[in-house]
Amino acid sequence: MERKYFFDDPKNVKWFLRSFYTSLILLIIIDLFIPKHPYFAYEGFPSFYATFGFVACVLLVLAAKFILRPIVKRREDYYDK
Amino acid sequence: MINELPPFAIFFIGALIIPFLRGYLKQAFLLLIPVVAFWNLVNLPEGIYWVVNFLDYKLIFGKVDRMSLVFAYIFTLISFIALLYSIKVKDDSQHVSGLLYGGSAVGAVFAGDFISLFIFWEIMAVTATFIIWASKTKASQNAGMRYLLVHIFGGLCLLIGIIMHVHQTGSIEFGYIGLDSTASYFILLGFGINAAFPILHAWLPDAYPEATFSGTVFLSAFTTKTAVYVLARSFPGTEILIWIGVAMTAFPIFYAVIENNLRRVLSYSLINQVGFMVVGVGIGTQLSLNGTVAHAFCHILYKALLFMSMGAVLHQTGKINATDLGGLYKTMPLTALFCCIGAASISAFPLFSGFVSKSMIVSASGQEGLTIIWFMLIFASAGVFHHSGIKIPYFAFFSHDSGIRTKEPPLNMLIAMGIAAFLCVFIGTFPGHLYNILPYPVDYVPYSGYHIIDQLQLLFFSALAFTLLMLSGNYPAEIRCTNIDFDWFYRKGASAFMWVLRHPLSTVGAKWNAVVFSAIPSFLVWIIKNPKAIGRIAFDSVLMLISTDDRKARLQERIKKELEVYPGDIIRHKPIGFTVLGATLILFAYMLIYYITEMR
Repeated sequence: MERKYFFDDPKNVKWFLRSFYTSLILLIIIDLFIPKHPYFAYEGFPSFYATFGFVACVLLVLAAKFILRPIVKRREDYYDK
Repeated sequence: MINELPPFAIFFIGALIIPFLRGYLKQAFLLLIPVVAFWNLVNLPEGIYWVVNFLDYKLIFGKVDRMSLVFAYIFTLISFIALLYSIKVKDDSQHVSGLLYGGSAVGAVFAGDFISLFIFWEIMAVTATFIIWASKTKASQNAGMRYLLVHIFGGLCLLIGIIMHVHQTGSIEFGYIGLDSTASYFILLGFGINAAFPILHAWLPDAYPEATFSGTVFLSAFTTKTAVYVLARSFPGTEILIWIGVAMTAFPIFYAVIENNLRRVLSYSLINQVGFMVVGVGIGTQLSLNGTVAHAFCHILYKALLFMSMGAVLHQTGKINATDLGGLYKTMPLTALFCCIGAASISAFPLFSGFVSKSMIVSASGQEGLTIIWFMLIFASAGVFHHSGIKIPYFAFFSHDSGIRTKEPPLNMLIAMGIAAFLCVFIGTFPGHLYNILPYPVDYVPYSGYHIIDQLQLLFFSALAFTLLMLSGNYPAEIRCTNIDFDWFYRKGASAFMWVLRHPLSTVGAKWNAVVFSAIPSFLVWIIKNPKAIGRIAFDSVLMLISTDDRKARLQERIKKELEVYPGDIIRHKPIGFTVLGATLILFAYMLIYYITEMR
């Protein structure tokens, strides 16, 4: 029987994800109480960066998957032929 | 008191001695070279040294100021780390080309004139090619050759620009140029190829992943950062660089998301990071230029660290594609940790080096009120975290278990990664030390409550996007494939060109050869055998066209007979005097024509 490693145990994965989600909520809450010095007005909105980061990454991945990949994907030996 | 030897010479002389050493002596000597070079740098005051007269020009091998010193420090430092990482490599040529490569990068940043800059520029191109070739695979041979061709093209653009520039200004001094003449466009193009400007960038993700596990560490440090240095020197505040740079930060992250080869993912993120530096050069304020230099410094360390961790994976498992890897944290925990530190640094987590350098450039764009640029940079920051920060460590060390059970790489590789990881954290935690050596006085505070929270929000919610896409199965699956990039134009273009040469053109060429050099001459020879008989045949042929059917048959018979006996007896009835007469007549005619034309 092979040794069990940290992430082999679903409990640990669950614990890891839970603390991650908790930190997200904490970040949103702390954000409300921090005085800001924005360069642009919208930068000062509550959780502007959180929204931006999330939306940007979803768009990035979807664009890469559904737009770029169909255009540029070739067989692995494409250039060897 | 100034040292007799310019910094690059220490590398060059060291490289010449390496082939004569063996075993531990060689290893110790390898590490000693960058140490001596660094000691030399620390004791180097600002000023102009090592001026050599060459023809009518003064070559300056040591224009030492704050900006060139920062780059020389980091180049020397990374040479040490890369040499330590590769010290067990048995192939001397890799160490020699690594030293020459690093040495000429140091030479380039101290070059005070165009001629010496160009010389170092070209040595870098050649030595880097040898580093790529050191893999000794078919793929690396081809990629190295493409690398060399692209960089020779870039070097020629630079040379054209330099010649025009020197012709116009009468001076070979290398300094601020500004984009205002044809010469400056050529120079920018030459620099731009090495800086991997968009469209000109394809050599980088093409060649870097093909080098050896240690070769890529050298490659990732010098070429692009030397280009950033020369841009910061000669084109600060050039507006077009802002747009070029911002394009560089944006497009590679899309490629990085779908790329399977993890070292190619890092190559794309290298372009993304250099994009930040190019934006900093384009903005051209003291803050942004400081940011560019600081970011180059930090970037060299964490990018080398990431390439070292992926090199370690390649070295231990022989695999580098995301589809083949996963679960390596179980047997390579230290490498995984170092990789995560590099990933945190490139993603600009607070307390890691990227945070204190990248934010200077982003802030500079905010200060100048460049809204679109600022948005794009924030987007690129989230994007780089997404692929370099999460994808690299996740697919190599976590993800699904590939079943590979290996062990940590040799101690020297772990120490090299450890040093780089330590410096990433050290600079991120105590940025003052880095800020003190920047070209301009620094009045910038990276650690403020709102900045930390903003950055953490950006990163954590990018991570949330990754987590949710992964859990919902929407993240693009890793696929074994080739993603075509702009190198398609010259890779497929060259094949198409060769096809045109081989098929239509060579067919036409072969016909042309057959007709011009074979059919026509032999026909002429055939005619000359007996011109009189030919005249008769020709006359009969013409006659046949205009005669009645009855006569035609007879003529046809005659021509057939004439052709059968051709050339027949070629009896020269004419005496030699006839030929002499002919020659005399021609000479007379010539004299007559000459005389008449002269009369006019």
